[in-house]
Amino acid sequence: MGTMRVTKSWLAEFAPFDLDASEIAATLDDLGMVVEGVDEVGAGLGDDVIVARVLEIASVPNADRVRKVTVDIGGDVVDVVCGAWNFAAGDLVAMAKVGAELPGDVKIGRRKIKGVASEGMLCSGVELGLSADASGILVLGSGAGGTEVAPGTAVLDALGIRADVVFDLAIEANRPDAMCVAGVARDLAARLKLPFFLPDHKLDDHQVVTRASTNDAGPVSVTDDALVSLVLEDTLNCPRFSATCITGVKVGQSPAWVASRLVLAGMRPINSIVDASNYVMLELGQPTHPYDLDSLAGGIVVRSSRDGDTLETLDGVERNLSSKEPAAVEGAGQSPVGGGDCLICDAEGKPVAIGGIMGGTSTQITPATTRLLLEAAYFLPLAIARTSKRLGLRTEASMRFERGCDPEGIDRAVARLCSLILETSEAGKPSIVSSLDARGKAPSTHRARLRLGRINAILGTRLAPGDVETHLGPMGFVLRADAGVGVGETQRVWDVDVPTWRPDVEREIDLVEEVARQHGYSRIPRTRRLGTRIGVLSPHQRTRRLVREVMVGLASCEAWTPTMVSARDHAVIGLPGGVELANPLNREELVLRRSLLPGLLRSCYLNHSRRRDEVLLFEIGRIFDGPADSSGTDDLSAAPYLPVVASGWSQEVPREREVLGALFAAGSDGILEAVQAWHVLAGALGLARFEDGLDPCVEIIAGSPPGLHPGRSAWIVAGQLRPGAASGASSVETGPEARLGCVGEVSRSAREAFGLGAHKGTIGWLEVDLARLCDAPKRSRIARAASKFPSNDVDLAFAVEDTVPASVVEAVLSRAGGELLESVQLFDVFRGGSLGDGQRSLAYRLRFCALERTMSDAEVGELRAACISAVQRALPAKLRGN
Amino acid sequence: MSDPASELSELTSVEASIALRIATASEPDELSALANEVNGRGSVFVAARRQIGSLPPDERRQVGRAVHDAMKRLESLLIQRREELEASGEELRRRVERLDLTEVVPVRRRGHLHLVSQAQMELEDVFLGMGFVVAEGPEIETDWYNFEALNMPRDHPARGMFDTFYLRAGEPGSLMLRTHTSPVQVRLMESESPPISAVMPGVVHRRDTADARHTPTFHQIEGLVVDQGVTFADLAGTIEAFTGAYFGPSSRSRLRPSYFPFTEPSAEFEITCTICGGSGCRTCSGTGWIELGGCGLVDPAVFEAVGIDPEVWTGFAFGFGIDRCVQMRHGIADIRVLMENDLRFLEQF
Repeated sequence: MGTMRVTKSWLAEFAPFDLDASEIAATLDDLGMVVEGVDEVGAGLGDDVIVARVLEIASVPNADRVRKVTVDIGGDVVDVVCGAWNFAAGDLVAMAKVGAELPGDVKIGRRKIKGVASEGMLCSGVELGLSADASGILVLGSGAGGTEVAPGTAVLDALGIRADVVFDLAIEANRPDAMCVAGVARDLAARLKLPFFLPDHKLDDHQVVTRASTNDAGPVSVTDDALVSLVLEDTLNCPRFSATCITGVKVGQSPAWVASRLVLAGMRPINSIVDASNYVMLELGQPTHPYDLDSLAGGIVVRSSRDGDTLETLDGVERNLSSKEPAAVEGAGQSPVGGGDCLICDAEGKPVAIGGIMGGTSTQITPATTRLLLEAAYFLPLAIARTSKRLGLRTEASMRFERGCDPEGIDRAVARLCSLILETSEAGKPSIVSSLDARGKAPSTHRARLRLGRINAILGTRLAPGDVETHLGPMGFVLRADAGVGVGETQRVWDVDVPTWRPDVEREIDLVEEVARQHGYSRIPRTRRLGTRIGVLSPHQRTRRLVREVMVGLASCEAWTPTMVSARDHAVIGLPGGVELANPLNREELVLRRSLLPGLLRSCYLNHSRRRDEVLLFEIGRIFDGPADSSGTDDLSAAPYLPVVASGWSQEVPREREVLGALFAAGSDGILEAVQAWHVLAGALGLARFEDGLDPCVEIIAGSPPGLHPGRSAWIVAGQLRPGAASGASSVETGPEARLGCVGEVSRSAREAFGLGAHKGTIGWLEVDLARLCDAPKRSRIARAASKFPSNDVDLAFAVEDTVPASVVEAVLSRAGGELLESVQLFDVFRGGSLGDGQRSLAYRLRFCALERTMSDAEVGELRAACISAVQRALPAKLRGN
Repeated sequence: MSDPASELSELTSVEASIALRIATASEPDELSALANEVNGRGSVFVAARRQIGSLPPDERRQVGRAVHDAMKRLESLLIQRREELEASGEELRRRVERLDLTEVVPVRRRGHLHLVSQAQMELEDVFLGMGFVVAEGPEIETDWYNFEALNMPRDHPARGMFDTFYLRAGEPGSLMLRTHTSPVQVRLMESESPPISAVMPGVVHRRDTADARHTPTFHQIEGLVVDQGVTFADLAGTIEAFTGAYFGPSSRSRLRPSYFPFTEPSAEFEITCTICGGSGCRTCSGTGWIELGGCGLVDPAVFEAVGIDPEVWTGFAFGFGIDRCVQMRHGIADIRVLMENDLRFLEQF
């Protein structure tokens, strides 16, 4: 996106736009040249905004940001205090006198700043509503020769600005032709069906001899034998370079009409030569560059950069142009375009400009310059884009070249520039003495086929051949109907010659867009297709929504935390490593998060610091596994996870997983809340639970997930899990297990690292992988009738080794109880008393019930005995109370 | 046997006495005893009625009526007093059991969905109703999916539209955080054959410093329709349909030409300002319109990259920022609050 400020009066030089500014703005909008602002200029500024001459600049005691400036305001001398530094004694600057009114209802009064009385204000272009330039005071002249404006003259008179309208346009990247006044006018005239007139400047009118040389394959040389030689080596990146020499020049100030147009366009007048070059660029879109011919050692060489090349560019920066210089932006990548940067060098090979981007200080135009070499060239857009990006240097010229200038527009621009220089040089007797033109392989002009049927099929319109021709013709497209094809009107086919200023138009579809643009998007009908498909959510998406609802039901608030965290955030939860950004914004946002825990702990802290102590937060988002070498760490990535989206997944891409993370920092026992939340979630999702005796199933198994208290946390696993007879302490046989997530208490060190050491209860954490959750074993969805017959309760208390999880006892009971066991409930846990060390009593209430009958006492007794013996046989457990 | 007149006067005084006792009774039991005196075994009225037959015929009627009327009056007094007593008992209970419901402190909290989630689901639902499926893709993308297949080869100037976070993994510059949800389009077209109609919501990342209107991480939703005979008119109609469904039937939409490398013709779509309804305000800079997102017909180069014949199939795509929608809809001054997770903010929605 580029911006262009064009004035209504300048546009009107190319077509009779006799419309209101608002109508013009609406039409520009509709053509895709978005009007971001319409400024009426020249009407508001009165005679109190004048040109002042800077007489003296003095520092102000105890102030290093402002200075006292003594100015001549035409018959009077006053002091003003000013914070800008872009002018020197002798300069003519814009000043608002006391009593002046500036745009935006700013009234200038007498003020005292840092103890110094300020009789007015020096103004920038922005403050005067004349330009977008806020970088310094509007300088109208350096006072070094040339015609001078008398101090005291109104700024508008000095600039020759009459009431005008400035349109601030945003031009899309594909529209280089619209990066100039003439281009905007051409598009606008075509839409408004107005005649467009582009003055035909020709260098021949000045009786200049042009020497040209063309070579498709290698370097091109051309010389005028007397003054200058031109060698074009880098024909790849610079297919055409023209150099025009003018002697007898006297550098001065531009006339007001040139300066005012530059100011309104947002550029600063510098001197008559540079201003003329900028004027032509704004008018025709072709950047040119003037050199002081006497500093070029007799000629120009255009070549590719080499090691050791340096140049101080016009912005005062010493630039290293070595072709091996790394990219300014990391990851910018390598280019398919050959060579390094295209450099303009003097006859001895010393760089004097970065081609198409910026000139150097050593050859710039100075007040002493009398002989000029004017460059007008065509640079390969990709080469300019690459160099500009690598150097981090964007200029008005590079912006145009990287979009693609008109390779055939060079001659017109050179002629316009020469005549402008001759016209605006009041002193001296400049004459054009030579013009050299070196050409490599010129960019080819495009020709495309355009089918009327295709236009209407793409746009949904019913345009006639005549419509298409009236839309495209005025923009410079030449349409020739192909007589051989499609005799019927609706089958019309054209061969279209694309004008050279439209490098963006190559294919039929590009032409279709141009037709649509000129036709007007708002005139295209609106229809609706009835979808042939059915809109449904995937199981994963339904699961995500269900998880959200469950968490909200559990009173948790959904959070959104940053994807990028610091390395320290990971370190404090015991998850080192992770995927780093090559170009992070700062060190705090360097690594892709491997867990949602740090982000939610930080959010918890924020709420604590704002006096909200009870915090329940959850987030559903992506986390990113570390590089492959982290497989040894005890984290979720140790399990073989499937990617969130399977298609097109390549092995080299770091894995990402979507997880639920939930933090429980409310009440005294966040850890219990976390475990409860897991049970509610598992229930809501219909997971097959281990303690119900199902297989495969999900279960929580003690472990030490990162960031959690090692003795008070567990992995959530899914798979073939059976309470085993001979499996030792854990009593759980894990088949090909997979970790779904983890649950437990946030470790003390993690809490403290995030400023939550003083939180009064435990902080619970639940993390679950959504894709795994989706695939986790589910219990049967077949309805089970509820019995109408009485049920029988049996209470059993076992002394069980601490190493045996309660869920294992429950699973054994569930299996032993079989079909007739309606429910099992752990209703009492007790340690101490007569129980041995490392043991506790677990009391279960078993409810038996048959569907079709009342169970007999004997039947219940048998089941009771079976349950007791199953537990005692399978586990280190003993029935109590016998 | 006394004369009828004296008998009647005696009954009258008995009635007066019982009436007084009924009026002063404070217990239901007292009323039961009194009811017995009115029409029970020992009742003087019952006794008097029994003796009516022994009276002279001309007096029978007079005495009979007097006795009957007195009993009716007393019975009615009894019912009335019983009701009064019951009512006051109820009243007492009510007083004792009274509860001021506004004293109940809401201790049971509900959770809250994040505003962005709410908006995303609402948008998904609109599109589900229009026959779209919801497709998703990874946040880490390759150069191919994020740029190349979307008609942005290396050094393409349009890449400058996206400030990209690159990863320090793989070949330098080959892996990045996706800068838009468009790579999901490519993945979808690679893995499925047309017809396709899908929306693709998700998190995207751009290397922008956070400010009141931008965060480096934000949410987009994107739509893609590929079929035979899909036109620009279908695109315009679809945008009108979903903006109407999401922003309300009074909202209108318009398209204006724009540029994206992956669509052609391309357009920006705007909707009537959600704050002022189109009359012009500060939010819409007085224009009455708010820019929502970009759209266009799928560029043939994109189709060619994924192996779909652009002469047979056409399609359209559109995309916009969910967070920006949320910001506009709820008048959020600084969009960074969406990532701050202050409960006092989250609990409002």
